[in-house]
Amino acid sequence: MADFGYKIQEDRQINYDSNDRTLFYFLKRVEPSISLCIGCGTCSATCTVGQFTQFDLHKIMLYVRRGEKVHIANEIKKCMLCGKCSLVCPKGINTRNIIFQTRKFLHSNK
Amino acid sequence: MSYNPFVLPFSIGLVIVIILILWKYFRWVFSHEKAEQKKIVKLIFSFKIFSVIKEIFMEVLLHRRIFKINPVLGYMHSSFAFGWFLLILGGTVESKLHSHHAFNMFYEPIFFKFFSHNINGFPFANGFKFLMDLILLYILSGLVLAMVKRLYKRMFGMKKTTKLRLVDKLALTSLWCIFPLRLLAESLTSAQYHNGGFLTDNFGNILAAILPVNQLEYPAWWAYSIALGVFFVMLPYSRYMHIPTEMVLIILRKAGFKTEKKYTGFSRVEVQSCSRCGVCLDACQVYSATQRNKMLPAYFLQSVRFNKKGKQGLTDCLMCGRCQEVCPVGIGVNAIRRVKRNEVFDEKGAEFEYLKDSDSKTKKADVIYFAGCMTHLTPTIKKSMVNLFQKADVNYWFMDEDASVCCGRPLQVLGKEKDANILADKNRELINNSGATLLVTSCPICYKIFKEEYNLNIKIQHHTEYLNELVNSGKLKPVNLNFSAVYHDPCDLGRGSGIYSQPRELLSKISITNKLENEKEMALCCGSSLANLPAGFDDKELMAIKAAEELCKSNPDYLITACPLCKKTFVQACNERKIGKNVKVKDIAEMLAEAVM
Ligand code: SF4
Ligand code: SF4
Ligand code: SF4
Ligand code: SF4
Repeated sequence: MADFGYKIQEDRQINYDSNDRTLFYFLKRVEPSISLCIGCGTCSATCTVGQFTQFDLHKIMLYVRRGEKVHIANEIKKCMLCGKCSLVCPKGINTRNIIFQTRKFLHSNK
Repeated sequence: MSYNPFVLPFSIGLVIVIILILWKYFRWVFSHEKAEQKKIVKLIFSFKIFSVIKEIFMEVLLHRRIFKINPVLGYMHSSFAFGWFLLILGGTVESKLHSHHAFNMFYEPIFFKFFSHNINGFPFANGFKFLMDLILLYILSGLVLAMVKRLYKRMFGMKKTTKLRLVDKLALTSLWCIFPLRLLAESLTSAQYHNGGFLTDNFGNILAAILPVNQLEYPAWWAYSIALGVFFVMLPYSRYMHIPTEMVLIILRKAGFKTEKKYTGFSRVEVQSCSRCGVCLDACQVYSATQRNKMLPAYFLQSVRFNKKGKQGLTDCLMCGRCQEVCPVGIGVNAIRRVKRNEVFDEKGAEFEYLKDSDSKTKKADVIYFAGCMTHLTPTIKKSMVNLFQKADVNYWFMDEDASVCCGRPLQVLGKEKDANILADKNRELINNSGATLLVTSCPICYKIFKEEYNLNIKIQHHTEYLNELVNSGKLKPVNLNFSAVYHDPCDLGRGSGIYSQPRELLSKISITNKLENEKEMALCCGSSLANLPAGFDDKELMAIKAAEELCKSNPDYLITACPLCKKTFVQACNERKIGKNVKVKDIAEMLAEAVM
């Protein structure tokens, strides 16, 4: 099919009742600073991996809150844990620990 | 042969402890490969063995390094170790002279006064009486200090002492009982037979005036023997295991053993050599800032030894190495922590497939410049470097100018060695393809992994070393800006890589440097180390403020460092918190760029 640069959007309805938010609750317990995220996107702007792929931490933070684990599992593996994002975050969120803990959680709750 | 049933607790305890210790020695050594075991044999039959014996004498018995840290603490430790050693030595010689035999039962020197009421009529009999009492007094003085230490730590230059486990408490109690009980038993005997020296004789006479000495004598000897027996049985399970272990540590270390990528028998020796003296407690900034204590070597090594699962002690540490620097036993805590982190966390967690598709264009150049992730957060540093490269007319290639791949150390310090290696492979490929002969980096974190893990066959320099060479060779000609400065040693550059002189030399050419309370090996950590995962923003800010306050005490014009992460941290601490009136924070490269305007 010819690629015109447009495509049909997937259904983006979010159903909080059916979504599985266990990951978010887990993270809130092990790294409470996650609740402070204002979705500003500074982390994504500085991200080392962002120069190579569409990897986007601020989007992941959003998915985590919404309980959309499917979107996270593969994306989160791309992070190099370099720590730049936690240094620039205006809310002082320990993003590096969030990523680390998310991986651990997804690894043991496949 | 003299015998009495009361020697049994002592004798049984001694046999048990000897068997257990030998079993441990055996396991430690034979868990290593044959080739490594040969190193020990080689050491024993070389001249180096004399220096080993000397070190064992100086450290295990006299505790020279603890003396250096605090004389009173050193006296306390040595009075137990050296005093007890002398007591055994003196007792053995005395009892052998007395019995005119080279061989007597092993317990006779220990209970000499009980078995030998008439101790005159052999050479130096009176001298021995005096000497043995003097040694006992020496140990008792140390014991008094140990008791006082539990109450008044400050006198020993320590803010905190270690908390004890139950086995340690039992062992400690029995140890503390041994020498007062010996004094009591010998005095009670001396009160009846006058075979004691100045201490036991006089004390015995006092006791005789108020107590029925002939009834108490026998139970006292029993108690003394039981205290010894209990201590011996507890020893292998308590912190006192450090006494027989430290000797092995000294021997193996001299033979070239090291903890590297695996938890070996030698690592076990290191872990069990910790006397939990507590010297490391005051060195740790995480502890002093947050009061969390699980990461302190005194506790962390114990949790490793007893296989505790506690992960907090494992991860809540900056790996700054300050504790390791002060440890009188010289235990390589950082290496052990790294090995343990690998054991726990090194499952494959990352997916770096996308790096395969990324273009790997390299530029042929003489010098590669690798700024590092953190330097991209402090862009003036990389601008200054580019500026200096151009001024010195160097044919360089800015390797991570656009798309940078992390050096891998942030993963490595978290125990994710496998993931780190993938990144390292990518960078190595780029570096090797460029044909350069020198790699310069601005970040001590990258510098350390380049040097230690990358196995590159080109020269690697941190920019402090490189710029210093450029200035020395006249390629850069800075003017002296005559400002006052303090220099902060970044952990990975100073303690981590031993680079102390180059930045100081460079700085002396452009400024007047003030002395600091803690510098070089004892330099503070800025608190932002990537090795500490759980420490959040607040913790790091607390550590940074404390460090900045100390650095700015002399109120210099500039606080100079050589690490983008330290710089970023201190900029926040100094500027936003207004620490040090108008102290400006700069990297040494930025300063030099100003000076060669
Ligand atoms: S920078 Fe911090 S606050 Fe902003 S989106 Fe990222 S995590 Fe959230
Ligand atoms: S730690 Fe991960 S998400 Fe954060 S900047 Fe580095 S690569 Fe990006
Ligand atoms: S690690 Fe070293 S300094 Fe710390 S308690 Fe053990 S022996 Fe003492
Ligand atoms: S390495 Fe640093 S942070 Fe870790 S325990 Fe030692 S002094 Fe504390």
